[in-house]
Amino acid sequence: MAELKTFKGGIHPPYNKELASGKAIKEAPVPREVVIPLQQHIGAPCEPLVSEGDRVELGQKIGEAQAFVSAPVHSSVAGTVKAITEVANFTGAKVKSVVIEADPSQPEFSKKPGKDLEALTAEEIREIAKEAGLVGMGGAAFPTHVKLSPPADKPVDTVIINACECEPFLTCDHRLMLERTDDLVAGARLLKAAVGASKVIFGVEANKMDAADALRSRASSYPDVEVEILEVKYPEGAEKMLIFALTGRKVPPGKLPSEVGCLVQNVGTALALYEAAAWGKPLYERVLTVTGPGVREPANLMARIGTPIATLIEACGGFVGNPVKLIMGGPMTGWAQPDTSAAVVKGTSGVVVLTSDVVDLGEEGECVRCGKCVDACPMFLSPNFIVQAAKRGQWDKAEMWGALDCFECGCCSYECPAYIPHVDYVRKAKAEIAALKKK
Amino acid sequence: MEGGRFIVSTSPHIRDPITTRRIMCHVIVALAPVTVYAVVIHGIHAFYVLVSSIAGAMLGELAMQRGRGLPVTLDDCSALLTGLLLALTLPPQLHWWIALVAGLVATVLGKQIFGGLGHNLFNPALVGRAVAFVSWAGYMNAGYVKTAAIGIANTATHKAIVKAVDVASGASPLAAMKIVYDPASSPIGPGGVPHGIQASSYYKPLFLANPWGCLGEVSALLLILGGIYLLAVRVIGWRIPVIYVGTVAVLTSFTGRDPLFYTLAGGLLIGAIFMATDYTTSPLADKGKILYALGLGLVTWLLRFWSNNPEGVMFAILFMNGLVPIIDRYILPRTYGTVKKPRGGETS
Repeated sequence: MAELKTFKGGIHPPYNKELASGKAIKEAPVPREVVIPLQQHIGAPCEPLVSEGDRVELGQKIGEAQAFVSAPVHSSVAGTVKAITEVANFTGAKVKSVVIEADPSQPEFSKKPGKDLEALTAEEIREIAKEAGLVGMGGAAFPTHVKLSPPADKPVDTVIINACECEPFLTCDHRLMLERTDDLVAGARLLKAAVGASKVIFGVEANKMDAADALRSRASSYPDVEVEILEVKYPEGAEKMLIFALTGRKVPPGKLPSEVGCLVQNVGTALALYEAAAWGKPLYERVLTVTGPGVREPANLMARIGTPIATLIEACGGFVGNPVKLIMGGPMTGWAQPDTSAAVVKGTSGVVVLTSDVVDLGEEGECVRCGKCVDACPMFLSPNFIVQAAKRGQWDKAEMWGALDCFECGCCSYECPAYIPHVDYVRKAKAEIAALKKK
Repeated sequence: MEGGRFIVSTSPHIRDPITTRRIMCHVIVALAPVTVYAVVIHGIHAFYVLVSSIAGAMLGELAMQRGRGLPVTLDDCSALLTGLLLALTLPPQLHWWIALVAGLVATVLGKQIFGGLGHNLFNPALVGRAVAFVSWAGYMNAGYVKTAAIGIANTATHKAIVKAVDVASGASPLAAMKIVYDPASSPIGPGGVPHGIQASSYYKPLFLANPWGCLGEVSALLLILGGIYLLAVRVIGWRIPVIYVGTVAVLTSFTGRDPLFYTLAGGLLIGAIFMATDYTTSPLADKGKILYALGLGLVTWLLRFWSNNPEGVMFAILFMNGLVPIIDRYILPRTYGTVKKPRGGETS
């Protein structure tokens, strides 16, 4: 077999996808109460459109974006607004949230009369994305309509659908590709139309050949849709790595993909755009994977935004073994949770539960300069030098070594034999550098 | 269990099973065959050298960490490895107390003075050896070999050299060749090689059972196998050992000498595979490693053929160790997507 396309650097962690990759998507139960943060994305928070005691319908807009870089939020249930208050989100930050008590019986979503998707203009597609509250569903949650509005002097010729799902354990994108192939391809073509690109490329990692085959058979009817197989390597799905693997183009530091004529969107986002355009459905639910050795019956669930982790775990038969770590997102970039109270947001791709036999928490030791972090870094930084500078409080040097170019994939910390949490130091350095620049 | 508290730490939440201790243990495993074999060939005294050297290195580490009130980290096996590597660069008949002192020097002066693991500029084992080398030159001479061992591999060539140039029968092949080729001391005359002397007749003993030289030089084969093991478990990369040995071989053949002989003889293999690849004292990035290995080859070649000593590996590595901070400062990977202008300027 010819060598697969990929990027330089990266790591090969155990993927553990088999726990959930064969499980068809099923509906998660609707919780009695949902907590919907008014800020689930990068950018400005929303202003609530409802007040305590109000009745809300399924899919009703309850928070309005106040800035361009923002996205509205919608109710994920029919019910009554119980409170609008600050609640700790999955990062531990207090965010103003709408707490809704769900009706005991929930209506089905009624699809709006279909539009001719081929006839939609770029402006209309952007408006649909914005009104539906679309954000990047791979984790970063960047408002989609903003990404669909590249600067006029930077035309986008290639839309890339990130179908790598390179985070270990997670399988929700894989299932969507298998179960929603047609809709997904249609959504991808909408993205293409929105930015006036000439083609769409699906980048699929080689561990999902069934998904690649399904996409290929569908794509064969469209000359503008390509499916490429990529090496199984983390972080293949990182924006800059994926662009390089598929097109050979390199996004300069601090620049956006439009700089090199690319737009990258995640599988879930493409599908959400299709649902918004064809059915008038706002983004109030998403597919996520609940998995890991600490979950009795791993599953891919369609869950309402605002569902607490506890409801999801219960739907998967509860914990098993000795669960010691609960992660919102994937194990490489996700957020460890102190308990099961945090609610699903638009960017939640999964819940991973690790047991004591797989969690390896060593004490941070001395760097022996083995260079594994340097070899693994897909941004070609020198993580050990950033750590050294951060330890000494030399923030200018941390910046010189590339702290600001780090996107926190975690490869360095994964590889480090001395248990050094490079990503921690980088985050600290970023905050300090930002504080210094403000002065 | 429901609603129980979980461990909260920052991402990533999974890690490779590799640890510093495991890396050290891999190297020790890679050195085990040659170590055992050295005792088999050289006898019980080689064992005394091993034990003294390792004890010295571990004592040095213990004393320094205790003295500075730091946690004792003998369990990371790095001091043990330093002592072992040092012993393999010592002659088998060396007084045990020299080995002990060299071991102490290795971890005290070579490592702990700089701040301990990961902070030393020079390879600790070689610092220990260098101090012994200049302090007890007579004893450290590779000629200090038990003659009984020579019987197992004595070749017609070696006997001829011993006879022709009047060296001790325990002289190492490198030392013997040095005299053979040395216009000043060779009775055969400038550039002349005594009739019947062929470096190639040393191949087999050097490869399989070499009685002349330090503990670690008993078998090139076992060193190479150890290197292959370290490559296989991803503890070392191929660049430093292959480029280092390759550079020496190429330069040696330019000089008109037998490149294979000069690869197998002396400390080149143990140096290239086990010492030049030491993480702390070698460059971080691949390009830097290439430059470092080329430098090692060049300096080794210069020392071997244009210095008073027959060997040059130890000082070549120590010299290049000293250049590593400079290499790292200028030759680090350029941030993804940048076109020119490396990060650089001043570093600590």
